[in-house]
Amino acid sequence: MKAAIVLFPGSNREGDAARALRQAGAETSIVWHADHDLPAGTDLVVLPGGFSYGDYLRCGAIAGRAHIMDAVRSHAARGGLVLGICNGFQILCESGLLPGVLMRNRDLRFICKRQHLRVERNDTAFTRAYALHQAIDVAIAHGEGNYEAHEETIARLEGEGRVAFRYCDASGKVGGAANPNGSTNDIAGIYSEKFNVLGMMPHPENLIDPLVGGIDGRGLFESLLRAA
Amino acid sequence: MKARVTVTLKTGVLDPQGKAIEGALHSLGVEGIASVRQGKVFDIEIDAADPEAAKAALAAASEKLLANTVVENYRLELL
Repeated sequence: MKAAIVLFPGSNREGDAARALRQAGAETSIVWHADHDLPAGTDLVVLPGGFSYGDYLRCGAIAGRAHIMDAVRSHAARGGLVLGICNGFQILCESGLLPGVLMRNRDLRFICKRQHLRVERNDTAFTRAYALHQAIDVAIAHGEGNYEAHEETIARLEGEGRVAFRYCDASGKVGGAANPNGSTNDIAGIYSEKFNVLGMMPHPENLIDPLVGGIDGRGLFESLLRAA
Repeated sequence: MKARVTVTLKTGVLDPQGKAIEGALHSLGVEGIASVRQGKVFDIEIDAADPEAAKAALAAASEKLLANTVVENYRLELL
């Protein structure tokens, strides 16, 4: 699998995303945001975490309109895989590749901690290495992760099974105190209509090495490699 | 030509920053504050042949970038 990781000014998690992908067996390259094309043969595009353009205007707003995003849109339209993590999820929403918007966290704080997620389905290119409804232990680090969308949009996402992950506790119980940021329906990540684009606030790439306390994030990258 | 674009959150969209400011105003003892909503103001110098062309450019700027119309409204003014 060939993975292209897009680097915007202010991205800072591209190295971690590349490391997680290489560990799973992918070939990775870094693509500059001002480029117009993705490398030939790209299977997966990753929009990594960070603070593109210093979060100016709105998180992901300026990056969402970068040159390279036209190529990412075409790649997605052809059925190519796209993964947006944290700021990458914000960029996907701002670029129109995913619906909705990530608003300030309910309590206005930047939250950086370990967080469990429930895997809502395990029949997609991103989650087939997980068990259905498995509670995975990953990490979050964001100030704007409160997912909001029109009521009809939420109903459509739920009806079409497009919620990828929900915030839960260690036992897999969704919502309540386990929702860190006020996100609608405890949504931590969503898919596009064709399930080839995933945006998620949490960082699976943080938890791929026992040295840092867990490897639950590996499943996502291993799933992608199985998809290839 | 000078112009101003004001971007505000739509009614019903939770505005925790506005709420925090509202709380701070109350704790400062400023009286009569019923509620606060925070928005953004863009002061723009625009090269346009006439006000209609200027408004069209401002509307394009607002729709394409300045506002996220999922949660925000915008208002255009020529000053």
